[in-house]
Amino acid sequence: MLPIKYLKNRISLMSALLVLTACGGPEVASGIYDPFETANRRTHEVNRTLDRVLLRPSSGAYGKILPEPVRNGVGNFSSNLSMPSMVLNDLLQFRIGDAIHNTARFLVNTTLGVGGVFDVATKGGIASRGSDFGETLHVWGFKEGAFVELPILGPSTTRDTIGGVVNFFLDPVGQIVAPKNRVAVTAVSAASSLGDRYRFTDTIDSILYESADSYAQARLFYLESRRFQLGIGAGEDDDLYDLYDESYE
Amino acid sequence: MTFMISMTKAMNSLPNRRGFMIGCAASVAMISTPVQAFSTNKAEALIGSAVDAINSIINSGASEATMLRKFESVFTDYADVKRIAQLVLGPDGRTASADQKSAFEKAFQTYISRKYGRRFREFIGGRVVVNDTKAVKSYYEVTTTAHLQGEAPFSVVFVVADSNGRFIDMKIEGISLIKAERTEVGAMLDKRRGDLDKLIADLKTMG
Repeated sequence: MLPIKYLKNRISLMSALLVLTACGGPEVASGIYDPFETANRRTHEVNRTLDRVLLRPSSGAYGKILPEPVRNGVGNFSSNLSMPSMVLNDLLQFRIGDAIHNTARFLVNTTLGVGGVFDVATKGGIASRGSDFGETLHVWGFKEGAFVELPILGPSTTRDTIGGVVNFFLDPVGQIVAPKNRVAVTAVSAASSLGDRYRFTDTIDSILYESADSYAQARLFYLESRRFQLGIGAGEDDDLYDLYDESYE
Repeated sequence: MTFMISMTKAMNSLPNRRGFMIGCAASVAMISTPVQAFSTNKAEALIGSAVDAINSIINSGASEATMLRKFESVFTDYADVKRIAQLVLGPDGRTASADQKSAFEKAFQTYISRKYGRRFREFIGGRVVVNDTKAVKSYYEVTTTAHLQGEAPFSVVFVVADSNGRFIDMKIEGISLIKAERTEVGAMLDKRRGDLDKLIADLKTMG
C-alpha cells in the first residue's frame, strides 16, 4: 500500500506544477514561441557536446556489441514497463478505449511476451498508443507554452516539462518495484535509450551534426512531431503552400 | 543528447488521435469546396503508383547504388521539385532575380535528391501502404503508413498539388519537408550573410 503521506506530497506537487503551467504562451499552438532562445541555444550546445563525447560513442559500442535481437528485447522490456503509466494517463484523459487497448497490450506482452521481452502484441495488431502526462495536460486544456531545451533531456515545452516531472512521480511501476530492483529498472531504461540512439543514428546525426542550424532543426522537429502526436496542427498551416512571389505562377 | 531519444520516440509512436484529425478534415472539407481540376482518386492513384515504384525498388534486390539512383528518379518523377524549391526559398526569394531563382531551383534539386535519396536506404526491406486521401483547399493530402523493419509503423503524408498533380510536401510523423528545408536553407543563407549566389554554388556540392 502506498503511504498516504507520499500521495499527499505528490498531489500538492502536482497542483503546484499545474498552476505554473497555466501561465504564458500563445493561444493556438502553431509556429514557434521561443522567448528563452538565448539560454536554450546555450543548453543546446552543451547537449550537443554531451552527445558527441558520451552518448553517441557509447550507443555505437552498445549497438556493435549486442546483436539486434538482444537490443530489441531490452527495448521491448523497457517499453512494456511504461505501459501502466500510459494506461493511467489514458484514464486521466477519459480515453477509455485507449486504456483498454494499452492494458490488453501490457497483459499480452507480460505473459505471452515473456515479461515484455517480446513484443507479440504489436504483431497481433495491438501497437502501443502513446500517452504521457504532458498529453494529459493538453487534454485538460493546458496550452503548449514556450519551447525549452532541457539539459540532458533536450527539446521540450513548458507544458511537456511539467508533464515529464509529474509522469515520473506518477509512474505505477516506480511505486510497485522494490527499492533494490529500481537500479535494474533504471539500467534497462538507460540501455534502451542507448539502443534508440543507435537505431536512429542517421536521423539524429543529420539533425545534430549535418544541418546548418541544429538548434532550429531540433526545435522544429520536436514541436511538429509533438503536435502531430497530440492531434493538433491540422488547419493552421493554411498558407504554407502559398507562393510568396506570384510571378512564379 | 537523450533529447533525441525522446524526440525519436515521439516520432515513432503511432498517431492515436486519428478520429480527431478526421473530424477536423471533414469540417474543413465541408466549409471549403474548391473547384478541383484534379481529383481525390487521381491524387491517391498518383501516390499509389509512387509507392508501388518505391516498394518495387526496395524489393528488387538491386545493389544499393542502383536503388539510390532509382529512388532519386522516383523523387524527380513524382514530386514538383521546382515548386518545392520555391516554397523552401519562401520570402528570401522575393528579391532574387529570375536567373538566381532558376539557378537556385536547379541546385536545390541536386541537393534534395541526394539528401533524401540517401535516407531511402532505411526503407529497404519495408513497405509503404496508402490509407486515405482528402481534399484540402487547392491540394490533397494522401495519408500513408510506412512499415520499416524493426520499427513501429509511422505516418507519411504526401501533399499533392491540385494544379499539376505532383506532390509538393511530405510530412513524416507531422514533420513537413518544406518547413524543415525552409529552416535549413534559411540558416544556410544566414551563414552566408544572405548571399544567394554563394548558397547556390555551395548547394550543388551538399546533401
